[in-house]
Amino acid sequence: MEEKVIICKDLTKRFGEFYAVNKISFEVNKGEIFGFLGANGAGKTTAMRILCGLSHPSSGEATVAGFNVYKQQESIKKNIGYMSQKFSLYENLTVLENIEFFGGVYGVPAAEIKKRTTQLLEQLGLTAEAKKFVGALPLGWKQKLAFSVAIFHRPKIVFLDEPTGGVDPVTRRQFWDMIYAAAAAGITIFVTTHYMDEAEYCNRVTIMVDGKVEALDTPANLKTQFSADNMDQVFYQLARRAQRSGD
Amino acid sequence: MKVLRYILRKEFRQIFRDKTILAMMFAMPTIQLIILPLAMNFDVKHVNLAVVDHDHSSYSQQLLTKIGASGYFRIVAATASFKEALTYIEKEKADLVLEIPPGFESNLVREGTQKLGVSVDAINGTKAAIGGSYLQAVILDFNKEIRINAGQTKPSGVIDLTYSNWFNPLAEYRFYVVPAVLVLLLTLIGGFMSALNIVREKEMGTIEQINVTPIRKWEFILGKLIPFWVVGIIVFTLGLLVAWGVYGIWPVGSFVTLYLLAAVYLVALLGFGLLVSTYTSNQLQAMFVAFFFVMIFMLMSGLFTAVESMPAWARVIANLTPVTHFIKVIRMIVLKGSGLMDVKWEFLYLVLFAMVLNGWAIVNYRKTT
Amino acid sequence: MKQFLAFIRKEFFHVFRDKRTLLIMFGLPVVQIVLFGFALTSEVKDITLTIVDHARDVNTRQLIGKIKSSSYFIVSEAPLDDNGIADAFKKGRSRCALIFPANFGSDLQHGGKAQLQIITDGSDPNTAKTVINYISAITTAYQQEVSPAARLPYMIVPETRMLYNEEGNGSLNFIPGVMALVLMIVCTALTSVSVVREKELGTMEILLVSPFQPLMVLIAKAIPYLILSLANFILILVLAVFVLNVGIKGSILLLFLESMLFIITCLSLGLLISNTTNSQQTALLLSMMGMMIPTMIFTGFMFPLENMPLIFRYISNLIPSRWYFLVVKAVMLKGLGFEYVWKETLVLLGMTTAALAVALRNFKTRLS
Repeated sequence: MEEKVIICKDLTKRFGEFYAVNKISFEVNKGEIFGFLGANGAGKTTAMRILCGLSHPSSGEATVAGFNVYKQQESIKKNIGYMSQKFSLYENLTVLENIEFFGGVYGVPAAEIKKRTTQLLEQLGLTAEAKKFVGALPLGWKQKLAFSVAIFHRPKIVFLDEPTGGVDPVTRRQFWDMIYAAAAAGITIFVTTHYMDEAEYCNRVTIMVDGKVEALDTPANLKTQFSADNMDQVFYQLARRAQRSGD
Repeated sequence: MKVLRYILRKEFRQIFRDKTILAMMFAMPTIQLIILPLAMNFDVKHVNLAVVDHDHSSYSQQLLTKIGASGYFRIVAATASFKEALTYIEKEKADLVLEIPPGFESNLVREGTQKLGVSVDAINGTKAAIGGSYLQAVILDFNKEIRINAGQTKPSGVIDLTYSNWFNPLAEYRFYVVPAVLVLLLTLIGGFMSALNIVREKEMGTIEQINVTPIRKWEFILGKLIPFWVVGIIVFTLGLLVAWGVYGIWPVGSFVTLYLLAAVYLVALLGFGLLVSTYTSNQLQAMFVAFFFVMIFMLMSGLFTAVESMPAWARVIANLTPVTHFIKVIRMIVLKGSGLMDVKWEFLYLVLFAMVLNGWAIVNYRKTT
Repeated sequence: MKQFLAFIRKEFFHVFRDKRTLLIMFGLPVVQIVLFGFALTSEVKDITLTIVDHARDVNTRQLIGKIKSSSYFIVSEAPLDDNGIADAFKKGRSRCALIFPANFGSDLQHGGKAQLQIITDGSDPNTAKTVINYISAITTAYQQEVSPAARLPYMIVPETRMLYNEEGNGSLNFIPGVMALVLMIVCTALTSVSVVREKELGTMEILLVSPFQPLMVLIAKAIPYLILSLANFILILVLAVFVLNVGIKGSILLLFLESMLFIITCLSLGLLISNTTNSQQTALLLSMMGMMIPTMIFTGFMFPLENMPLIFRYISNLIPSRWYFLVVKAVMLKGLGFEYVWKETLVLLGMTTAALAVALRNFKTRLS
């Protein structure tokens, strides 16, 4: 039996009468690339924020890396990495300083930070830019850097919230190469996206509609189930049922 | 503790890198400290007077000369009618009108008594009251003189009043204002800068990245507090130097006591700023909320008017703000050389404020919403 | 025109969504009026006075009795020496000391000079000066009582008339000041941030490519604040009249128009700031600190302008609120007409035009 790093049962988040996340249940295996799809406003980000310990659930059960999302949020945070929709490294710090800061707050030892930083900069081809302000980098590089920082402390799971929004196809391709490399190194990837071609890269995919999980399987199985040629068609069949409009 | 070091390194880098903010933090206080005490002078020195002399007698001339020579008044106009003199008040050119009625001298001599008309622009109550009483004093003095000259008075026992002002022999306002402006500067830095800083992280979205790390709440708050505390202490030192260089005010009391109090006060005010930032979601809100409270703090603190003169309910509010206590002690230490034992209660109050405000900020800062 | 209205509606929506800011905006004048009206007073009361009476005779008893009943002082008696007095000052227990020498009464009764010494804590000069005034008034009165020479000849009796303010309402002076201060802060800060925020969020570009004239964009941004500020102005006026009993002596219409002009001046300054800065933080610091402090200092309602160094008096001419303060005093409190305030009105008009012209030019430069 495979090791489950995220277990979610009837997880719900309510804002007044509005069910942003409505009784979702799923499990994520270790080392898996788990895609989380849905239109804007379907509840993806809310669900992800609960799993990261940023938001309290209203009801239901969930554990992340073996820790409870109600009580052990701080333990969860030690074991995960997170990259939000909005670019959130410090634009007025240099590349080096950002890496050092985030490595430091996750408790990576100083010597180790140095070693990994050199490696990382070489991999990214950013060595020459190490002392530049992050704000001055092109968007594609910023995103790649943000991802590298999110997995710098070798977390068990990394959560990526629409990581490739607004970047060009070539960079997206490179970005997914980095994701594969991370997965190969044993990091579980939990990624939301609304690019359907990216869904094909995932091991398994969940499609959320109006706060509910409407489908969960490998891309191949989903295509068979909905007798579709690609994930785009699968998504449109499900999304058409949506009541909520995106925002 | 290691984590805190990384946070501090980051905060210091960010603060000392932003040249605009840095300039605002260091230059503005210095400029304010130079300008404010020059501007904040409540002495009523020049009272502008318009005179209407209907008598044109030797007594009326003597009285006007005496008023002119008293040093308090500037006679801006001598008009033929009261109505004309009034236009000077309407145009804000005069504060008082003195009207000497016809027959002033002859009535004094014949009837033994005579009225004089003094009209004051009472919109500015303080100036009116003081100007009016100066004028009364000069008239009274003049009255005595003419009596003695006329040989109409006999000597009697008098009370000879002498006075001395300790710690500030000439009762100069700069001694009162400069320490208070120092407090104002610390308050602005403590209250505004820290509030704006966290809210900015909220607006930029970087706070989310912090919240998803295992940083503990107190580490984050301390990480924000310490850099601004250091900035505050530097500004305070700078302020003391300006006070000495420009105004010649050198603290009479011990520097250890002074810095101890300033250090605790800064922690309290920074806690206030952090608290504001945890309740607000954008910079405009943070600034407005911080401004709203800081304004109340400042007005109530005894910076401009004495706390003792306030009604009881206002005194209660005044005592609930840290600024009031700090202004009181800084004046005591700088001007009178009071020691730590003299200000122990204020010190304890400040410690209490620092703990409550920061504790509240830590509790109200939520990493998980 | 319809699109223009829709645009203004959008701006309104923005403003009204932020409840906290709105609350502060209207809370500010209320709190200031309450504080200035009821809490802050330049009158000095309840001064702690230590009396050192070495004479303990009839005259000192009588004089001390007079001082005690005057309500200005909280009197305590203690045989302190100079060190003891200094110590009491340092601990903040006492603000002044009054020392009667051993032969006070006999000196007074035998027609000589009776010495009386006041020592004040000069660290608060205002209180120190007031103490001296109070005590000398009390002793003068007492002196006349003990030596009741027959009706004095050559008696000049000054009769004082309080113009514009017979009842001595202390609120009169600060009402125009509070109006100037609040309008200045609210208008300038809010407008400056409203434009800079759109810049920061990138939505300004969208407005710039819209079919509206730049002037129209600026006007649409300013209108909600104009209306809110007018509401604020009315609130202050209502509070002044009904809570503080300050009557409006002159024409309300004129006052209203002048206030509208001043609000427009402030809005223009806000637009100017927002057009020359790029971040909310800078705009806020500029409009709050940069405008606030000069407004407080140079308007003339807190600190008398005529005491300031000459250069400051020149600078004060550049501060719009200084002119508005004069207008409100003349129109509202003195009941004067336009012929008395046309100069101030012209100055405000000039400032508005200049600020708007510069703001608009910057705006156009950005466009091209």
